[in-house]
Amino acid sequence: MKPRHRKLALIVLVLAVLGVAVALVLNAFNSNLVFFFSPTQVANGEAPTSRAFRIGGLVEEGSTRREADGLTTRFVVTDTAKSMPVTYTGILPDLFKEGKGVVAEGRLGPDGLFAATQVLAKHDENYMPPEAASAIEQAQKAQLTVVE
Amino acid sequence: MIPELGHFALIIALLLALTQAILPLVGAQRGNLTLMAVARPAAQGQFLFTAIAFACLAYSFLTNDFSVENVARNSFSQLPEVYRLTATWGSHEGSLLLWVLTLGFWSTAVSVFSRHLPEDMAARVIGVMGLISVGFLAFLLTTSNPFERLLPAAMDGNDMNPLLQDWGMIIHPPMLYMGYVGFAVAFAFAIAALLSGKMDVAWARWSRPWTTVAWAFLTFGIMLGSWWAYRELGWGGWWFWDPTENASFMPWIAGTALIHSLAVTEKRGAFKAWTVLLALVVFSLSLLGTFLVRSGVLSSVHAFATDPARGAFILGFLAVVIGGSLALYAWRAPKMVTGSGFTWFSRESLLLANNVILMAALGSVLLGTLYPLFIDAMGLGKISVGPPYFNAVFVPLMAPALFLMGIGPLARWKDASLPDVVTRMKWALGVALATGLLLPLTLDGFNPWASLGFFLAAWITLAVLAAFIDRLKHGQGGLLQKLAGLPRGFWGMQLAHLGMAIGVAGIAVVANYSTERDVRMEVGSYAELAGYTFTFRGTTEHDGPNYRAARGTLEVSQNGKPVATLHPEKRIYNASGSGMTEAAVHPNIFRDVYVALGEQLDDQGAWTVRLFHKPFINWLWFGALFMVVGGFMAASDKRYRIALRRSEVPKHLAAQGA
Repeated sequence: MKPRHRKLALIVLVLAVLGVAVALVLNAFNSNLVFFFSPTQVANGEAPTSRAFRIGGLVEEGSTRREADGLTTRFVVTDTAKSMPVTYTGILPDLFKEGKGVVAEGRLGPDGLFAATQVLAKHDENYMPPEAASAIEQAQKAQLTVVE
Repeated sequence: MIPELGHFALIIALLLALTQAILPLVGAQRGNLTLMAVARPAAQGQFLFTAIAFACLAYSFLTNDFSVENVARNSFSQLPEVYRLTATWGSHEGSLLLWVLTLGFWSTAVSVFSRHLPEDMAARVIGVMGLISVGFLAFLLTTSNPFERLLPAAMDGNDMNPLLQDWGMIIHPPMLYMGYVGFAVAFAFAIAALLSGKMDVAWARWSRPWTTVAWAFLTFGIMLGSWWAYRELGWGGWWFWDPTENASFMPWIAGTALIHSLAVTEKRGAFKAWTVLLALVVFSLSLLGTFLVRSGVLSSVHAFATDPARGAFILGFLAVVIGGSLALYAWRAPKMVTGSGFTWFSRESLLLANNVILMAALGSVLLGTLYPLFIDAMGLGKISVGPPYFNAVFVPLMAPALFLMGIGPLARWKDASLPDVVTRMKWALGVALATGLLLPLTLDGFNPWASLGFFLAAWITLAVLAAFIDRLKHGQGGLLQKLAGLPRGFWGMQLAHLGMAIGVAGIAVVANYSTERDVRMEVGSYAELAGYTFTFRGTTEHDGPNYRAARGTLEVSQNGKPVATLHPEKRIYNASGSGMTEAAVHPNIFRDVYVALGEQLDDQGAWTVRLFHKPFINWLWFGALFMVVGGFMAASDKRYRIALRRSEVPKHLAAQGA
């Protein structure tokens, strides 16, 4: 192949692969981005009802209840300003504790119950999941503004 | 006393690294042999003093010296000895020290195995590695001193994160770092070539075995990390597309592209400029990975911003290394001569396609990893990019690359004949298609993704077979003689490709046919999963060295025949009071049976239990091990050793390639 042809072929190849990659990325990006909402935002109706999203905050003390099947757990997630009920079927992660931070992914039902498909546990005992920490921080800031 | 000694050794190591960096580089530029000769002893001395510092830190951990802050935070008096040793690199400071130590090790290896290099080349390579050492040692000493004292000393330590108390974690970080940091050698070779202006074929031959070895270590490190996550996080997943995983996967993708483009540069003298650029990119991604995992930017963009000293240093260092090397590249690369030509269908063109596809895949992973950070840093909200994104992009991009993997090794350099390859591979294509269509039927229902996976795995395997048949047709002697006579480079490549096929087959099955159940189990009750019966025999109290546990007993049977008795544990660690699920696994070559305890439900001893059936999961680790062995084998090929003894070989090649 002559250098000129080779360069042309190379450009065509690169553009073709790049085009496919960009198409795949755009397609996957739209449907697979998971947004995060704090309980206050959910209470204000900012969260979508049609797609899955994440919530975060603290597990309210004394709110954990286990259903009769032994596998479904109900608990309340709060950002200290607003709280919302969550249900999850399955084994909760080791670090799930009342009064500790939690992040859950799932969908909001019409009854305002958040059905979690996943409860995330990638944090250690002393460390708050960043989403949960920011939810509480936001809520407390908002409360302070109201008091002032 | 010992920690101060370690601190002092680290300072001396920094001074030696400065010497190792400056004098040889100046010497090489001026042609001063005396200055260049400083490179080797300085590198070895730097390694020695870093090793002393590391030994001092390890000693502090082993002897439970809780007057050292690092020890108090990350260790515990009841921690078993082996984990006290690994706690040495469990912390931010310790792991950076391990990074520098690994770099010292590689620098010393280069200083020993570089006798065949021209003196100025060796001096430049070692000098560039010295510069990197300077950066990291300065970072350690100014912002992350592992020997910081705690006054008054702590009574006891906070204990190591229970998740890390696993033997997969003993060797995972050192292996991963051997890979990450090993790419510094390829980087140093590339910079040295740019500095000297001698970007000939010889440097590709010199840096190729180093790159392949680093790649093999990185493969092993990633495999261990995945294996650890699978067993220890207790959720049976083996890859989460988590940013910390992507941090090590991105250099791996780029490194894979690099070992392939180095092959073209070494054999044909083509892709010279691209290969140099790729070497710079791979190490930049290693640095980015270190930055992502070690700066705390992943856990919180804001936490990172509140500790500006560390973050600013790493970011500045990244900017200098990446910016500097790219500027040097932009200045020098136009002078590189293109190698010999090739047609649209040749091994070169196929390897080029490999590189283009790998780069696109790398770009998609990079985007998915950095985009949430970017959005958060801009204050536009919090989002996460989950596994579905990566699967939806990565799998379709890699499938054609895997298909080409079957053809590449069969195509001739420069000008291959498509009809010839088609004739040779027709049968293989037929068999692979049949495998892809029929094999899923024998499993639990047809699945297009599994079908694609089987097709590709069979295709690559048959291509490996075809390559061996092709090689064995020629030459004399018995079959074994001929097999033994094949070059190790050939063996290495075929083993690594076969490993990929094994891994792809494993992924195709485990991703599509795994089953799991969360069940409530009373003592004596049983549950069924994938043809296995699990009978729960209750739990007993069990005391570990630094934890208490409820230890369950589950009897697993199949068609009434006992298969295994498993003992999953629910642990509470004494120091932190944190809970940890220790899963129990019964492996064999076709499946893992995996159980984990959830929570105790009542006083009668009922528990929630999670049961998994993971078919073919072990093929993933086997596949990766094949790649590791293949990498080491290829790097030990005779021709690199011949080049060691006869320096005229590179020169001759240089003439040919130019």
